[in-house]
Amino acid sequence: MNPQLFQLICFYAFGFVTVAAALAVITLRNTVHAVLALVLTFFSTACLWMLAEAEFLALALIVVYVGAVMVLFLFVVMMLDIDQEKMREGFVKFLPVGLVVAVVMLVEMLGLIGVRAMHAQLMGADPAAVAGLSNTAWLGMALYTKYLLPFEVAALILTVGVVAAVALTLRQRVASRYASASEQVKVKPGDRVRIVKMAATLPVEESPVPQQESKS
Amino acid sequence: MADLLFHQLLIPLGYIVAIVLPLVLAVAMFVYWERKVIGWMHVRMGPNKIGPLGLLQAFADVVKLLIKEVILPDRANKFLYYLAPLLALVPALAAWAVVPFSSKMVLSNANAGVLYLLAMTSLAVYGIVIAGWASNSRYALLGAMRSAAQVISYELAMGLCLVCVLVLAGSLNLTDIVNAQAGSKGLFDWFWLPLLPVFVIYFIAGVAETNRAPFDVAEGESEIVAGFHVEYSGSAFALFFLAEYANMILVSFLAAILFMGGWLSPLQGWVHADAPGWINWIWTGGFAWLFIKAFLFAFMFLWFRATFPRYRYDQIMRLGWKVLIPIAIVWVLVAGCMKYFGWVSIGMGA
Repeated sequence: MNPQLFQLICFYAFGFVTVAAALAVITLRNTVHAVLALVLTFFSTACLWMLAEAEFLALALIVVYVGAVMVLFLFVVMMLDIDQEKMREGFVKFLPVGLVVAVVMLVEMLGLIGVRAMHAQLMGADPAAVAGLSNTAWLGMALYTKYLLPFEVAALILTVGVVAAVALTLRQRVASRYASASEQVKVKPGDRVRIVKMAATLPVEESPVPQQESKS
Repeated sequence: MADLLFHQLLIPLGYIVAIVLPLVLAVAMFVYWERKVIGWMHVRMGPNKIGPLGLLQAFADVVKLLIKEVILPDRANKFLYYLAPLLALVPALAAWAVVPFSSKMVLSNANAGVLYLLAMTSLAVYGIVIAGWASNSRYALLGAMRSAAQVISYELAMGLCLVCVLVLAGSLNLTDIVNAQAGSKGLFDWFWLPLLPVFVIYFIAGVAETNRAPFDVAEGESEIVAGFHVEYSGSAFALFFLAEYANMILVSFLAAILFMGGWLSPLQGWVHADAPGWINWIWTGGFAWLFIKAFLFAFMFLWFRATFPRYRYDQIMRLGWKVLIPIAIVWVLVAGCMKYFGWVSIGMGA
């Protein structure tokens, strides 16, 4: 068994898992299961990219999508109280729309693959390998020199998105009560506790009183 | 064919066993050490009945856990309930693949080692979230919610700390990061000095990521019983336990590797003596130094637990988002300036 064959077997194995998990996303009844199938899809896609020696993209996919985005997604889906029966309705009604979207996406993908195949000879060899760098190092070099402006613009757009999301959801509720952290930090022991000096032993006359209280 | 199978499969498998088996043993002894240390800090004896000095206590506990029944709660999701402990354990063990123990001893000398570590540690939260949901228990769900929010928040601070380290080291490879800390000024060549705030933030984030005291609201015994693993018993609970402690030891090793020079000696460049190999490592460096440093960090986990009261949930969020992340972002810029203007001589050598 030579390494190429082993790689090919791995490719088909990961590819099969990816497709199967993607199918599971749209067929599973339980929404939490569907989200977990989506996680598996992302993960096996990352494995496929890793096979193609795009290690940075693969690990970034796991860190960003699997490790953060999908956790929040899973979180939301777990909190939702979804009526399973109601979710099954309307399959036939929405089928034409779904089919149209699916066909358009398929045509677009095939078109893209066709265009890429025609220009295959123009793309040349892997630039990272040509430069003698690892995939990650080359990507960093390219992003921060040649594509610095698009990269920063993309970051800015994402930041605007975050600010917009916060602005849309931030509501000052009148009834909400919260503790001010700076006030809490500034508190001194004297503000909360009063230390009272008293004799170590109680006077003899008063001692029966607390005992009677404790019995009652 | 057989030759290839041997080289491609059996030798790596041997290496994996050579890492995982000592790790599991280390977890067992670490649990014993934790109980002993916290006992001393509480002015108690700690476990001292089973074996000499109570050393076999951890193994007795393991046997006890393994022969107990794994109980499936009523109306729990059976598949996910049994899957969750595995999802917690697998990333905790997989992350060890890229940890270098000395300049030559590493299972996978991956170029993107730090990224791989980030990816693996970010997967660990699934075990907790799924366990909380699949248990069909309110306490477990509350624990899972708290844990997920906390882990995601502190992952950001941790990631920014790692950015500072790799800006100075100029590499994502953990072996290269340690080698970048080599020099002639002893322990002052290591990254802890120029990255001191980041070093502190990294360790705080590490404690929070592993859900340990004082950030253990995910378990919060006095509030939500035991959090996400309240319904788990027997060997399933043992897996969660193993994952948590393996992660603690991992964070300790990473703190040693990223900031404290890994296997490098704190006396590097100061002592030039020709001594036999079993003494020489004290100034030339060796895996013993890495283990000593990691042990000190692991000890700090226990020290924290015996010292600090638990943070309130909103305090955890405020600390993470309003204190640690801004400081880490500023220090990314500072680290960039250090590297660009050459303010510090470290990270340039080797």
